[in-house]
Formats: sequence, structure tokens, C-alpha cells
Amino acid sequence: MSERLAVRKTYKLFIGGAFPRSESGRSYVVTSSKGDFLANAARASRKDARDAVAAARKAFPGWSGATAYNRGQILYRIAEMLEGRRAQFAAEVSDADGVGAKKAGEIVDAAVDRLVWYAGWSDKIGAVLGSANPVAGPYFNLSSPEPTGVVAVVAPPEAPLLGLVSVIAPVIVTGNTCVVVASERAPLPAITLAEVLATSDLPGGVVNILTGSAAEIAPWLAGHMDVNAIDLTGAAPELAVTCEELAAENLKRVLRPPAGRVDWLADPGVERMTAFLEIKTVWHPIGV
Amino acid sequence: MFEYAPAPESRDIVDIRPSYGLFINGEWVEPQSEERHKTINPATEEVLAEVAWAGEADVDRAVQAAAKAFPAWSGMPGAERAKYLFRIARIIQERSRELAVLETLDNGKPIRESRDVDLPLVAAHFFYYAGWADKLAYAGFGPDPRPLGVAGQVIPWNFPLLMLAWKIAPALACGNTVVLKPAETTPLTALAFADICRQADLPPGVVNIVTGAGETGAALVNHPGVDKVAFTGSTEVGRLIARSLAGTRKKLTLELGGKAANIVFEDAPIDQAVEGIVNGIFFNQGHVCCAGSRLLVQESIAGDVLEALKRRLGTLRLGDPLDKNTDIGAINSAEQLAKIRELSEAGEAEGAERWSPACPIPDRGFWFPPTVFTGVAQSHRIAREEIFGPVLSVLTFRTPAEAVEKANNTPYGLSAGVWTEKGSLMLWMASRLRAGVVWSNTFNRFDPASPFGGYKESGYGREGGRHGLEAYLDV
Repeated sequence: MSERLAVRKTYKLFIGGAFPRSESGRSYVVTSSKGDFLANAARASRKDARDAVAAARKAFPGWSGATAYNRGQILYRIAEMLEGRRAQFAAEVSDADGVGAKKAGEIVDAAVDRLVWYAGWSDKIGAVLGSANPVAGPYFNLSSPEPTGVVAVVAPPEAPLLGLVSVIAPVIVTGNTCVVVASERAPLPAITLAEVLATSDLPGGVVNILTGSAAEIAPWLAGHMDVNAIDLTGAAPELAVTCEELAAENLKRVLRPPAGRVDWLADPGVERMTAFLEIKTVWHPIGV
Repeated sequence: MFEYAPAPESRDIVDIRPSYGLFINGEWVEPQSEERHKTINPATEEVLAEVAWAGEADVDRAVQAAAKAFPAWSGMPGAERAKYLFRIARIIQERSRELAVLETLDNGKPIRESRDVDLPLVAAHFFYYAGWADKLAYAGFGPDPRPLGVAGQVIPWNFPLLMLAWKIAPALACGNTVVLKPAETTPLTALAFADICRQADLPPGVVNIVTGAGETGAALVNHPGVDKVAFTGSTEVGRLIARSLAGTRKKLTLELGGKAANIVFEDAPIDQAVEGIVNGIFFNQGHVCCAGSRLLVQESIAGDVLEALKRRLGTLRLGDPLDKNTDIGAINSAEQLAKIRELSEAGEAEGAERWSPACPIPDRGFWFPPTVFTGVAQSHRIAREEIFGPVLSVLTFRTPAEAVEKANNTPYGLSAGVWTEKGSLMLWMASRLRAGVVWSNTFNRFDPASPFGGYKESGYGREGGRHGLEAYLDV
């Protein structure tokens, strides 16, 4: 009896809650850290990037208008679903980074814990960043954080799962929607994460994931006039400068790449959330 | 309209020197640049003084002075830095009449505004941030937030001394040192502030003032010794600065243009709303980035509101800015006047209907009457571009959803106004308007405790309040 032939997975893009192939029809070969063939991944094009921005924009009113409690629950649900696929993610991390099973498991655990941590922030960040301001006059004066809008994210290439989760969660927990360029070298955990997102009650379009060349796609996102902010954490130095220059055209908020190597296991702080929040201040007279 | 006897504020209180150098390292120094320009009173075109336009070498000297002063200033106990700022606040209060007259002379704004709005806010801003200097550990930026270093600050001409205060007070409170460039048409109150720094015995180099135009500003923001750039001005220049800072580690905050919607619902108290509309667009001749330059009025009351508005505009007094009865002063410069005229002509050419009250215009100086355009479409330039003058574009809407749609239909997002007696509608609107400041049943209110700044292409970062500290801390 012949051995059963394995059913291989096709890795596609994640746009608007669906899994399309690149409209360009392009794909590229993804190999493990040892150089073995793992899969073909879609090589996203400018058109895919624009479709992803349109999906993110469409999802923004609903997601930013959802209650913070609801967003927190959905982030927690993502953590639950990720935990449920622990073995699959550990295998993908192990293939991508050449780390042993134990280390790969720790990375997946950290990604789950990070989602849980950010989930809890949804209904607290407003209290921490907002303020009732004592102005010198008979006015009620309240400042509150609001999401910036559509955020483009260049995910860190060196940390295909934990780094990815660590850049997506802080962007969406506050109500932004995003278009993420996954690690070019190791895109498979990103697409598997997309499968988790698609089954976690996260509305379609809140997170859109593109695989392919960051150097090719990120500049289109940086120059896109309907993108409000860009996280360049995973951009190589030259690409980061190009993107920051393009981002100036519509005054995108820019999170520059970190100066040194990031320890993704460390306490992330609130900076990744505050980078994509706007403070709105409302005045109203007080009187009878 | 009642006849009023002239009530001019005396200008004897100000002592303007014929010529000014640069204020670097606590001294008045002669610039290496030989370029000098005259600053004029826009109400009379009289020359007030001659100021230097600093070149690259001058800017370099100022940045070096600021860098040299940084270790001692940032290392000083916060409580001591606070006392310098309190001292400055007090001197400003004591000299406020003089500074108000000087501001009005150089800028053209009515003395009523410089005296009652600008100067009180300037002093309050220093007083407010003085109190933060020794409390930064409690501000929510970690237990020991550090300053950035040398702040290069470029400010506009519409609120010269107030914008200086918004920039310098938080910068110094956080322990940074400063090189500030005032606008080329309104340098005099910044130069007077240099004198106040000396009066306060502020350590040399903590504040440096370099006068000049765009090239001086470019030299400052691009200087490698600058760690932080803060700019208030046009979105166009903001873009250039953001682009030129790409790839550096300089922290940038921008407060740029606006095209605010002032939205009046049918249940609003019309007389109050009309006052708010007038204050929203005609305050400071409309030279206000957060001006309510687009009036969105609910269709059912549009006729009544316009009638009341026109009646009210007929009572505004345009003329001598030093006269205490003046409501509308001079346009700040010939260049700005040309821009306002050009956009107003475009409004007519594109089919909107133009109206101004009968309003005598002085023979000399730069003036533009309060102007209202009706029949404005969202596609018209006067509904899209920042005019930065006393020109109001009126549009109508039927439903709250349409009001939100139209209000947000702009690349800007600095401010918005909502007039309604219905609290739930006000909050519904406030949560949907993509703007950094929402004034409901009021407009153009400012306070040092209240954060100010924009969404979208109106820039990023906040000035004022606890949030204003973030721009000057390494967080």
C-alpha cells in the first residue's frame, strides 16, 4: 500500500476577511531556516495593497465605534484561538527560525500572553491617557484618546509570530484598523495567524495581511493618501527613510524603527498604543 | 450703529529700538548674516524696526549656545527651573500692557484681543508649565522622564507671543533648551521676550531667539545639533519639515492648518450661535488655524441664521487696531491680503455669492472686510482651502449624519464647533468629528490646561495640558 500523500496548504493573502491570491498572480518560495522548501506564498502587489487599504478604511467606522469591552473580548478570543493552535504555530516558528521545540513553544506562549495583555488595555487606555482639564473658566473640558485611523504596519522580519502579534495588537485594540506587511522571509506564521483572526469574531478588514516584499509594498502604503499612520518597526534603514519621506505627504503619524534590536519578550509598555492615538478635547459651557 | 469716539490705547508705553540683533547665549549679538529687513505696522505700513535675518552660521551659533546650556539646565532641580518660569510669568503679567500694545503694533490685531486674550494666556501658559517642572515624575511618562536636548522651534505670525509661550514654556519645564525663530512679519514681541529672559536672570543659552524667514527656519530645523523640532504654521511647510526630518532621530510635533466646520442645529439658541460664528471666524481677522471657516447650518434655520449673522456683522468695527472699540484689525501682511483676495475671487468665480457689510476701509495698511459666502459647494476652493482671513463659507445640511459627513470632508482636522441644546446629539457629534478640539456651544476657547492639536493633515502632537509635555520628553 502506498503512503498517504499529504495535503499541502496554500498560503494566500488576508484582505477584508477573505483569503485572496495576489491579483498579480505572483508567488514566491518560502524556505525554512535550513533552506528546505516550506511553501509558496503570495507576492502582494500595489493593487493588493490598495485593496487592503480600502478594506481597512471600510472596517474603521464599525471597529472604532465598537465598545472598548467588545474589542477587548475579541482580542481575548484571538488569544484563545491562538492557544488552540499552539502546536501548529510552534512548528511554523521552529521551521522559520530554526529554534528547538521548547523555545518555539515559549514564543507561542508569549504571543498568546501578549494578546491577553493588550486585550485588557481596551477599556483602560482611555482612563490612563484621557483627562478632565481644569480650565480657568466655566467650561467642562475633557480630553480622550481616539484611534488615528488606518495604520500601515511593516512587521519585524526577525520575529515572524511574536513580533507580528506585538505590532498588530496595540494598533487594533484602541480601534484602529491596519494593513500589515508580514515578514518576507518567514510569512507562514502570519497567514496562519490570519486564519486565527478570521475565526475570532474580528470583523473583516480590521487586520489585513500582505505577504511579499516589504521594499516593494511598504512605499505604496507610506504614500497612500487614505492611510493615516505607519509603523516602520520592521523596515530596513533605507526603506524606513523612503517610507518616512513618503509619509510626509499627508502627515502620517510615523513610528520609526527602533534604534537597536528589540527584545520581543520584554514588557512592551504603552508606546505602541499611544503612537496611533489622537487626543480629542471637547469643551462645553457650564451654566444654568 | 452707534458712533463711538476714538479710544486709542497709548503707544508711548512701548520702546522699540530702531534695530535688533539676535539673542544668543543671553546676549544681543550682531549677526554674521548681513541681511536685514524691516518689520512694519500692518495697519499703517509704518516701519517699526529693522531686524536681522539669521543665516546658517548664526543659527549654528544659537544651537551651540543652547547645547552648551543644556546639561546645567536639565540637571537643575525641577523646583529651581519652575521658579525661573514662575518669574517669567510674573514679568509678563507686569509688562502685559506694554506687550499687548507691541503685539498689536507689529501684528495688526485689535488691542482688545491682544490685551484680553493673548497676553493673559501667555502668562497663564508659563504659570501652568512652571508647575510641571518639578512634577514630571507624576505626569505618566515613567518615574524619571528625560528631556530631549535642544528644541528648534518655528512659530507663526497670527499669535506671535502666545505661540512663543506654547513652545517655550513646556520645553523649558521639561529641561530642554531652546532656539526659537519668530515669524518674519512679527518678530518684536519675541525680541521683547528675550529681554524678559534677561530680566528673569535665566541662565544664558537656555533661550535663544533668531529672527528671519523661511531660510532661517530651514537652517534651524535641519541643524544636526537640534534634537526636537516644533513647528506651527502652514500644512505645506509642515510637510517639508516632516520630509526633511525623515531618517533622523529628531522628534517632531506639528500644528498646521485647518478648515473647521462650525455646525449649527435647528434647536440651537440662535443669538448665542451667531456670536459663536462671529467669534469663530472673525476673531483675529480669521488669522486662526482653528477658525470656524465653514459654517454648516441646518437647512430649516439657514435663512434666520444668515439674517441674524448679517445684522451682527453690520455692527463690527474695522479700523485702528489700537482703538479699544475695534473688532476687526489689519490683515498681517500684503502677502496675506493678496492670498485672501485671490481665494475670495475664486469663490465668486466658482459661483458662490459674496456679501460684506458696508464697512469703510482705511486708506493705508492692509484690510479686508468681514465677508460671507453663501451657496458654497463642497468642491469650491473656499470650502476646501484654508483662507486664513475674515471669510466665512456657508453650507447647509439636513441630518446629523450629513453634517458629520460634510464636516469631516477635508484633509484637515484641527477643530470643530457644534451648536445644539440637545446633549445626546452634541456628544454624538463630538464623537464622530475627526478633529482635535470640539467646541460645543462655544468656539475659539483656549487654556493652558487644555490640550490643543490636530488630526490628519492638521499635524500631530498636542500643546497644552499634561499631553503637551510629551512633545518635550524622551518617551
